[in-house]
Amino acid sequence: MRNQDPRKTPFPARENWRRMKNRIILTVITVLALLPAIPLFLILFQLLKEGLSSLSLDFFLHLPAPPGEPGGGGIANALVGTLIIVGLAVLIGVPVSILAGIYLSEYGRHGKLSETIRVCADVLQGVPSIVIGIVAYAWVVKPMGHFSALSGSVALALMMIPVVVRTTEEVLRLVPDILREAALALGVPYWRTVLKVVLPTGMVGVSTGILIAVARIAGETAPLLFTAFGNQFLTLNPLEPMSALPLVIFNYAMSPYEDWWRQAWGASLVLVFMVLGLNIVSRILARKIAGEK
Amino acid sequence: MRNLEEKLKNQARYDALFRRLAQAMGVLVILLVIGVFFTLVKESWPAIKAFGLRFLWTTTWDPINLEFGALPFLVGTLITSFLALAMATPFALAGAIFLGELAPPKVANPVSFVIELLAGIPSVIYGLWALFYLVPLVRYFQMKIGAPPYGLGLFTASLVLAIMILPYAMSVARDVIRLVPQDLKEAAYSLGATRWETIRHVVLPYARSGILAGIVLALGRALGETMAVTMVIGNRSAMPHSIWDLANTMASVIANEFTEATEDVHLAALVEIGLLLFIITVVVNLIARLVIIKTRVR
Repeated sequence: MRNQDPRKTPFPARENWRRMKNRIILTVITVLALLPAIPLFLILFQLLKEGLSSLSLDFFLHLPAPPGEPGGGGIANALVGTLIIVGLAVLIGVPVSILAGIYLSEYGRHGKLSETIRVCADVLQGVPSIVIGIVAYAWVVKPMGHFSALSGSVALALMMIPVVVRTTEEVLRLVPDILREAALALGVPYWRTVLKVVLPTGMVGVSTGILIAVARIAGETAPLLFTAFGNQFLTLNPLEPMSALPLVIFNYAMSPYEDWWRQAWGASLVLVFMVLGLNIVSRILARKIAGEK
Repeated sequence: MRNLEEKLKNQARYDALFRRLAQAMGVLVILLVIGVFFTLVKESWPAIKAFGLRFLWTTTWDPINLEFGALPFLVGTLITSFLALAMATPFALAGAIFLGELAPPKVANPVSFVIELLAGIPSVIYGLWALFYLVPLVRYFQMKIGAPPYGLGLFTASLVLAIMILPYAMSVARDVIRLVPQDLKEAAYSLGATRWETIRHVVLPYARSGILAGIVLALGRALGETMAVTMVIGNRSAMPHSIWDLANTMASVIANEFTEATEDVHLAALVEIGLLLFIITVVVNLIARLVIIKTRVR
């Protein structure tokens, strides 16, 4: 039928109309699909254009300067702050999440408690980041009486936990039971089987989950607004207010100074490189797992 | 012999201990959610006591006379989220069909990769871009049509939100469309259906609930999105009358006023908005979850 001239089919007009309709609608879909690429690529392009011009070695090594000062100052404090805040969040969030993931995969695959934990992890993941910020304010900032990097880390850890719990569970479930049985048959107790056999087998997957979560929280601004708060100076003390890249971008973008706008673009470029780098590494790791199977 | 017995006993104890520990961390996840809820209720109690249900439908937000009503922000959040969803859905759906059905893998795979990376760009950067590029563009457009040329406002915020949720909604919908079994499509083709007819009558009906879940999840994101919206919505705490008005959403008013609030009632009112936001997003996410479960069962 396909090779025949459509005019020779029993209903030539109708057949032609169907072909036409097919072609028109598919064209419309393709155009609609390609249109959103314009703003998305504009964002990347303008980020590169504006950001690259403000990058220099000084930008990474200097502290912020008042607007108008020659040299312009840098974001050293924000870079260090982001590393400390995110690092602390990982220290708080990861042990909890991996153990909870182990529980879901190794001890409670079925059952009401596990199902409740899964639903709660989903709920926690859906909580808006600004609300997480309020909660961290109430839990840490209020009792301490002042803003601190630690409270920011608590907020970010809260955002990280559901992601790592769910990926840990999924990855550990993929570990074949044969491995567990082999270890148990050798007389290895179950807790050691989990820690020495199951977890190492799934380690690549678990670290992918952690990287994805870190990429997600590294760019979060809202939960830091009234927890880490920001700081003009370099500090390594997690009990003091601390600057972070997203906070600098927000504060500089909303300021009336052109110098600071330029620095906001520079800081954005640095942040995007960090986040995209983490995303790409995690994807390569994920592909490696898929290849091994 | 006794030594071995002791060792085994010890191991059994460790086993139980480890199991307890893992279980405790699992329970901690539940406690965190409950804790979040009760913290929000406790911290907003002064406002709940002072304003009661009136908080939900009065439009005065006056930090000086300490009179607070959240309706303008509820309206702001609903308008921006649904407008963004309305703008993003056709493009997201078309993109998903294009990537899942029309484009050859050589095109679809790298494009999907780039889209997923874009979904990971922090919202503060979308906000920065919108502030310096989208706002002048919208201002130009407003001058052309004779609307007040603020540049900022509800419409701009919806536009940024639409751009932000698009990659996310698109990748969820594409994943679902890819799951449609090949046999079904081949059956349609063998009956002489055109490509569009196959998409319309086989692919889309099969993927319907998954696509719906993706849209609801995107809505959940739009509702809670803070930074990009805060940067372009104009921060005006009065009832908006048109989509060109400066306004505030629930998230943006918290971001703007939380550190400046000196009165307890003001702070509590902001937390109460957070509580409302929490309840709304939890409900939306649970709906999406139910839709997904329904899909799996089928």
